[in-house]
Amino acid sequence: MNFMASKQPENSLLGPESDSQRTLYPYVTGTSVVALKYKDGILMAADMGGSYGSTLRYKNVERMKAIGKHSLLGASGEISDFQEILRYLDELILYDNMWDDGNSLGPKEVHNYLTRVMYNRRNKFNPLWNSLVLGGIKNGQKYLGTVSMIGVNFEDNHVATGFGNHLARPILRQEWHENLSFEDGVRLLEKCMRVLLYRDRSAINKLQIAKITEEGMTISQPYSLKTYWEFSAFENPTQGAVGSW
Amino acid sequence: MSSIGTGYDLSVTTFSPDGRVFQIEYAAKAVDNSGTVIGIRCKDGIVMGVEKLIASKMMLPGSNRRIHSVNRHSGMAVAGLAADGRQIVARAKSEATNYQSVYGEPIPVKELAERVASYVHLCTLYWWLRPFGCGIILGGYDRDGPQLYMVEPSGISYRYFGAAIGKGKQAAKTEIEKLKLSEMTCREGVIEVAKIIYKVHDEAKDKAFELEMSWVCDESKQQHQKVPGDLLEEAKAAARTALEEMDAD
Repeated sequence: MNFMASKQPENSLLGPESDSQRTLYPYVTGTSVVALKYKDGILMAADMGGSYGSTLRYKNVERMKAIGKHSLLGASGEISDFQEILRYLDELILYDNMWDDGNSLGPKEVHNYLTRVMYNRRNKFNPLWNSLVLGGIKNGQKYLGTVSMIGVNFEDNHVATGFGNHLARPILRQEWHENLSFEDGVRLLEKCMRVLLYRDRSAINKLQIAKITEEGMTISQPYSLKTYWEFSAFENPTQGAVGSW
Repeated sequence: MSSIGTGYDLSVTTFSPDGRVFQIEYAAKAVDNSGTVIGIRCKDGIVMGVEKLIASKMMLPGSNRRIHSVNRHSGMAVAGLAADGRQIVARAKSEATNYQSVYGEPIPVKELAERVASYVHLCTLYWWLRPFGCGIILGGYDRDGPQLYMVEPSGISYRYFGAAIGKGKQAAKTEIEKLKLSEMTCREGVIEVAKIIYKVHDEAKDKAFELEMSWVCDESKQQHQKVPGDLLEEAKAAARTALEEMDAD
């Protein structure tokens, strides 16, 4: 009874749906998320930018959200898909709460659920265009994992998405150690975010750091990092360059 | 007042000559035969209590929940056929989730009551469906404050200050009417509900029962949840003392 059935050419290799039902490319995207385990839980950092292609269009996008009592989710990639994932998780946590039996979903369970969702969407060639970081702590057990848009998932002591994998993780591999204090953890994250700010063109200088511990989740107010641009190579950069303006 | 339908009671789609649908009345009898369920509206929230008649000593206390959360801010207590009740709760949960995803806010209690009542009524319209054999007390807290509704097997739903269904409903209603609900907090309400349930429980006919209570109030941050363990114990103790005092007279 669908009067506006989508037309497909006869030689199409597509399944029942036509192309317009599938995600082909992302539109409004967030850049890297970086996270690490520390003494009391998980620390996660992400900037507040939503890029529209090469334009830094939205500057107040919160890319990290608390999930239930025990988890924290950060996302890079398509912002609308992140919002959809939050809706799925909202329903998941609601049904979990309604049992009212003293149990609640922990970060490991939420991570597994997200992996299933992402992988199944990828198999239908209609991915949620996100790289997700899921961290949390339940009954003293810290957990930090990541899922990509094709369903690749793993857990580690420190994770990052996008450019963070190339720029931040090497720093973390050198300098991360067990039982970091809160101050050391924040300092380490800020070091990573500063490198990303200098080198990732879609990063903006307005970030939040979120922490999750047994007591719950807190997220900092947006703030900016101090940067240094007085390198001599940046002074009069076009001197001696032929034909530049 | 029991009257035999004799021929007009075989199907829910048949009216009797005096304008009654007997099948619905029989469904209501199923509710009257189950353990008492009470709900009251206090000044800062709702308290609901269920007298769970224990069928066997082998049952684990705390199992066989009769009060279910429908959304964060509302819950339903069911009397009558438990399996029918589970179906209605599932439908209510689905309605609540659907409303939230379409309108972006938690379903107002009034709306939820209307949808549940419609669903119950639906099953009284077709000959190939039987009416639900359960009565429901629905309590919730939205931006219009705490509200209490009752839905009967006929699909009627009204808003109440205090409601009771099941075996001891007449006695329970009398007791509820004695309470000054508009001045009571939910903490006090929990004790009162426990006292009433212990009082209307018929020791002679039914041996053991388990008391299950839930609340939605300012103290629970407007979330529907089981009454906390220590308050429940306090309520049970107060109820038992009140019973003993009565017996001592």
